[in-house]
Amino acid sequence: MDSLIDIRDLSTQEIDELLAVAMDIIADPAKYSQKCRGKKLATLFFEPSTRTRLSFEAAMYELGGNVLGFSEAQSSSSAKGESVSDTVKVVGFYADIIAMRHPKEGAPLVASMKAGVPIINAGDGGHNHPTQTLTDLLTIWREHGRLNDLTIGLCGDLKFGRTVHSLIAAMSRYAGIKFVLISPDELRLPGYIRKDVMEKNGVPYEETMDLTEALPKLDVLYMTRVQKERFFNEADYIRLKDSYILTPEKMLEAKDGMCVMHPLPRVNEIAVAVDDDPRAAYFRQALNGKYVRMALIMKLLGVK
Amino acid sequence: MIIDAISNGIVLDHITAGRSMELYQILKLHKLKCSVAVLTNVPSRKMGRKDIIKIGELIDLDLNVLGYIDPGITVSIVRDGKLDRKFTVELPERVVNVIKCKNPRCITSTEQEIPHIFKLTDKEERVYRCMYCESRAKGRD
Repeated sequence: MDSLIDIRDLSTQEIDELLAVAMDIIADPAKYSQKCRGKKLATLFFEPSTRTRLSFEAAMYELGGNVLGFSEAQSSSSAKGESVSDTVKVVGFYADIIAMRHPKEGAPLVASMKAGVPIINAGDGGHNHPTQTLTDLLTIWREHGRLNDLTIGLCGDLKFGRTVHSLIAAMSRYAGIKFVLISPDELRLPGYIRKDVMEKNGVPYEETMDLTEALPKLDVLYMTRVQKERFFNEADYIRLKDSYILTPEKMLEAKDGMCVMHPLPRVNEIAVAVDDDPRAAYFRQALNGKYVRMALIMKLLGVK
Repeated sequence: MIIDAISNGIVLDHITAGRSMELYQILKLHKLKCSVAVLTNVPSRKMGRKDIIKIGELIDLDLNVLGYIDPGITVSIVRDGKLDRKFTVELPERVVNVIKCKNPRCITSTEQEIPHIFKLTDKEERVYRCMYCESRAKGRD
């Protein structure tokens, strides 16, 4: 593997190895503090992102490496009309590895064909965001100690949510996984994912519009935001929006061992009062993102 | 109607009736100097009606384009008046610059020099998806 563009580029064995390295980093961070000494990561963020960029940069610093880059297209040469291909060709001379976020779908794939160094897709529009998926997998592993035999509830915007689509693709590889898809009718999971990913792999799933009813069954609840602009009319939005807000009252229905995940940023879909519940894993999840990115940078740089 | 047999050239047979002119354009046959015969609505036992194109020269054919536009076409290569090779084109695994990605969020919409590459992702349903953004372009019927 030279670059990571799509979570499907990784075999299950490679994913398991990355997660194992991330777990080892967590256990003994000092052991890894000089692993990337003398190496440079370029963060090319053609659209703004706080968490992902800072998490990549923190990951590289904690490996003893250095970071250069830009955090918005306006401060890059793309503002002058330079192509992605040309930008990455040049940056490839200055850095050993590139993490790239771009509003256009497929831009990191183009970059990986032109740059002489590994590319990590840090999000390409609404398309792929593989390091988010690795973060989610590490979180499930840390919270439950396994990636198999779990009932995973996905709640909210399942139609446009790229993190949900990638997580389904990644988790469908493991045995004993069952999905509960919780969404309003307008935001149901696209048919091709149900057919091409779940049905093809024989992964059982059920669909419901009722979060409270689904909660007692779940080992993982993955929340996403129901955005107003996804609805055709405001009346439907107002009718549905509260059904998909997680509150301490709804949490009473959930198992003691369930964990609540969210890719963040959260707006109002999880009440702040839930943060104090030990089952709220979304901030731990954000921390896990740094560790899994450390493991990935090492792997792509060939550092043992 | 009598069309002379060709001594060196290519015969595209079993073209879906009505599709020959589209192939003529896409294969840029109008740029050839040799004789080209396009027969449409020819009675066929297998197909009812079919089109045939006869090209009086051995040219390089993009078989992927043929397969994408109309899988099932029979290609006969004629050399020195004899049938040299005969085969049926199939749905190609990938096509380059045949389908244009229409997704405005795709990188191909802004970077003009990138080839538009589509991959076959579902043979039964004849679904092609853009290599960059995975937008669907349904195969032709």
